[in-house]
Amino acid sequence: MDLVATTTIRKPASEVYTFWRDLQNLPTFMAHLEQIRTTGDRTSHWTAAAPFGKDVEWDAEITEETPGERIAWRSTGHADVPNTGTVRFVPAPDGVSTEVHVSLVYDIPGGAVGKAVAKYFGEEPHQQLDDDLRRLKQVLETGEVVRSDGAPWGKRARKEFPQRPAQPLSDAELEKGADA
Amino acid sequence: MRANTWAGRNKVEVRDVPDPKILNSRDAIVRITSTAICGSDLHLVDGYVPTMQDGDVLGHEFMGEVIEVGSGVPGDRLRVGDRVVVPFPISCGACAACAAELYSCCENTNPNAGIAEKMFGHPVAGIFGYSHLTGGFAGGQAQYARVPFADVGPLKIEADLTDEQVLFLSDILPTGYMGAEMCDIQPSDVVAVWGAGPVGQFAMDSARVLGAAKVIAIDKEPYRLRMAEQAGHVPVNFDEVDVRSRLLELTGGRGPDKCIDAVGLEATHGSAHIGAYDRIKQAVRSETERPHALRQAIMSCRSGGVVSVIGVYGGFLDKFPAGAWMNRSLTLRTGQCHVQRYMKPLLGRIERGELDPTRIITHTLPLDEAARGFDIFKNKQDDCEKIVLKP
Repeated sequence: MDLVATTTIRKPASEVYTFWRDLQNLPTFMAHLEQIRTTGDRTSHWTAAAPFGKDVEWDAEITEETPGERIAWRSTGHADVPNTGTVRFVPAPDGVSTEVHVSLVYDIPGGAVGKAVAKYFGEEPHQQLDDDLRRLKQVLETGEVVRSDGAPWGKRARKEFPQRPAQPLSDAELEKGADA
Repeated sequence: MRANTWAGRNKVEVRDVPDPKILNSRDAIVRITSTAICGSDLHLVDGYVPTMQDGDVLGHEFMGEVIEVGSGVPGDRLRVGDRVVVPFPISCGACAACAAELYSCCENTNPNAGIAEKMFGHPVAGIFGYSHLTGGFAGGQAQYARVPFADVGPLKIEADLTDEQVLFLSDILPTGYMGAEMCDIQPSDVVAVWGAGPVGQFAMDSARVLGAAKVIAIDKEPYRLRMAEQAGHVPVNFDEVDVRSRLLELTGGRGPDKCIDAVGLEATHGSAHIGAYDRIKQAVRSETERPHALRQAIMSCRSGGVVSVIGVYGGFLDKFPAGAWMNRSLTLRTGQCHVQRYMKPLLGRIERGELDPTRIITHTLPLDEAARGFDIFKNKQDDCEKIVLKP
């Protein structure tokens, strides 16, 4: 599966690059990522939550990087879901902002894990990546992921619909969170 | 708390709902002292704006007292105890749209941007109580409201002014003003305004404040036209006269220099056949708009004039007079109001007595009577122009 997505963020490329290069930041805005643990200068261990309480895990390495401009990575070893990705940071014509261009390639395997992962990505993986980048923009421009009463769960909400009614949450709903 | 909620098409209901809580660090919680029913609420209640859900708290015009602020709201910007008017678009203050003062196009405040994008091509800002298309934010026809980005939007009221004098800074006064401002009014201009509802009345007053030579009010409700006439504007009743002929007569055959559509998608039409055509298409949802006012404004405007659209449209319209628009060098300007841009200057105009927003209030009701208020307003009973609700 090939995915590309783009957004423009009103911050200089150096800042957007630095945020992304600290890979542990990616789960703050990417819906399917649970955790990224850096294990070396260029290596890391990724965990994505899958349905039915299953986790999908893999090791990754940065294969190429140009500070402030570009980062490329790929999964290594026996990844459940082999994948590669590239992100480019391009100064926008306004002289202030940065265009973020992301490209991901997932090799979704067969079998039960493959099915679960494919289902997990949903019917519109492009939409999901677009929404991930919208949250990246929110985090960098405003400091956090914006929540509304109808869509209160930030990156934990993996779909925009169905939503809860646009009225304040009860204490019980707040406590249960996105699983409610 | 008590809150007025959407309960299905043509039904609102005041219910008990949980009190709002801080969800983001730059939120504030406001205890609402005054709120209003807006014409655009009727489009939500009538079911013409998609993505409403049973239980959505309505209302996007409100003001009150700050009772709680999040950790990210600087104390020099807003504190507990401040009296504030809250603008209806929720704006982050940091994105490219906000930097350009296009606050209603904020790029960060709509958590449902993916849905809005499918409808509009690009997403728009979050709006209080205004469907899930604009974010799913609970509205202000309630005792309390959560206000995101409280350090950007709300205007502190420190002067000794009543709620009624400043409440409409949240929406309809800036909306009417922006409609007139987009017309680039020159001293010789005749400005025609379609719709003598609250926004239309404020567009007329603003056109005069901005220097128009003559302002014409077009509607069919005699009480609304009387209200416009009492404020010094020229009434035209489209139930009684042919609008285009009357406008030509009032302008020496030129047509109005500037036209403002303050009606939007549920316009009624003097011609039964055209009216029926659009009503039927809208009823079966094969078109989302009934754009009579917009069509008539384009056909009536003088060549080279400006048509300024502040009436609300939701989706796609047909029979748009593109030939008249293109061949006669018309300029079409539009926008949900960028309220934050206008609040302070308009507060100044209220303080100096140049604009009197209270002149349109005909009804004040307790919040618990919101359903009755919607009924009175929607059906134009009891000469209703504008209803203020007191929680």
